[in-house]
Amino acid sequence: MIQELLWWVFAALTLGGAIGMLSGRNPVASLLFLVLSFFSLAALYVLLGAHFIAATQVIVYAGAIMVLFLFVIMLLNLGHDYHADVRRGGWIVVGFVCTGIMGWAISRMLGVEYRSTENAAPAIEASVRELGAVGAIAEPLFRDFLVPFELTSILLLVAIIGAVLLAKRRV
Amino acid sequence: METRTLILSAILFSLGVFGVLIRRNAIILFMCIELMLNAVNLAFVVFSRQAGIEGQVFVFFVMAVAAAEAAVGLAIVISMFRHVDTVDIKNFNLLRW
Repeated sequence: MIQELLWWVFAALTLGGAIGMLSGRNPVASLLFLVLSFFSLAALYVLLGAHFIAATQVIVYAGAIMVLFLFVIMLLNLGHDYHADVRRGGWIVVGFVCTGIMGWAISRMLGVEYRSTENAAPAIEASVRELGAVGAIAEPLFRDFLVPFELTSILLLVAIIGAVLLAKRRV
Repeated sequence: METRTLILSAILFSLGVFGVLIRRNAIILFMCIELMLNAVNLAFVVFSRQAGIEGQVFVFFVMAVAAAEAAVGLAIVISMFRHVDTVDIKNFNLLRW
């Protein structure tokens, strides 16, 4: 019962944050709305039993990535002067039509997908109880997904080099 | 709760697409892309309750890719800002027809 209530509260906060981000005029305000949305998503992850993902969401997304955005906004000094940047006329119609059709299709498809009868939640809860919230993810991550995991480190290295090279004034 | 969360994730993804279509500020476009990635993560977590813990491992990889994408994307925004002194994408039309 309390879980249902919390779900509605955090779902509303997530949606509210996303809408505030879309409609905000000031980039800093938009960013803070997005942080609110990501924090509420972390709470939804906790309600779904994904505790480690919730912690990573707060640390990596709401912490690191959003602070990176904030740094760039402040570095480029975009906080004060607002230039109207919402498209008008035809683009709004295109946006509503595309989004409506796509959202309807996706939500319908996801709803159909979930009707299957398999249920892995008890197995996940058992392995969290046995290995802890981190261990339950670490086991498949370092056994079945070891190669993708190592490739991720190459991806991050390439991203670091690319970011430094792109943002440098003269190479 | 699961089906409702999937609907929520579809709505969040659609909001992200809507933002990409109607805003012109490059930084806000990036935020919308992050929102779309998060919507996909939410769907992954819900499906992990049905298909096993691998769904949560995928969320982990998506986060790594999102971090790399944000770093490179913001570096591109900075270097474009140096050229045209704005982040409004109507000025970035070098590759347009």
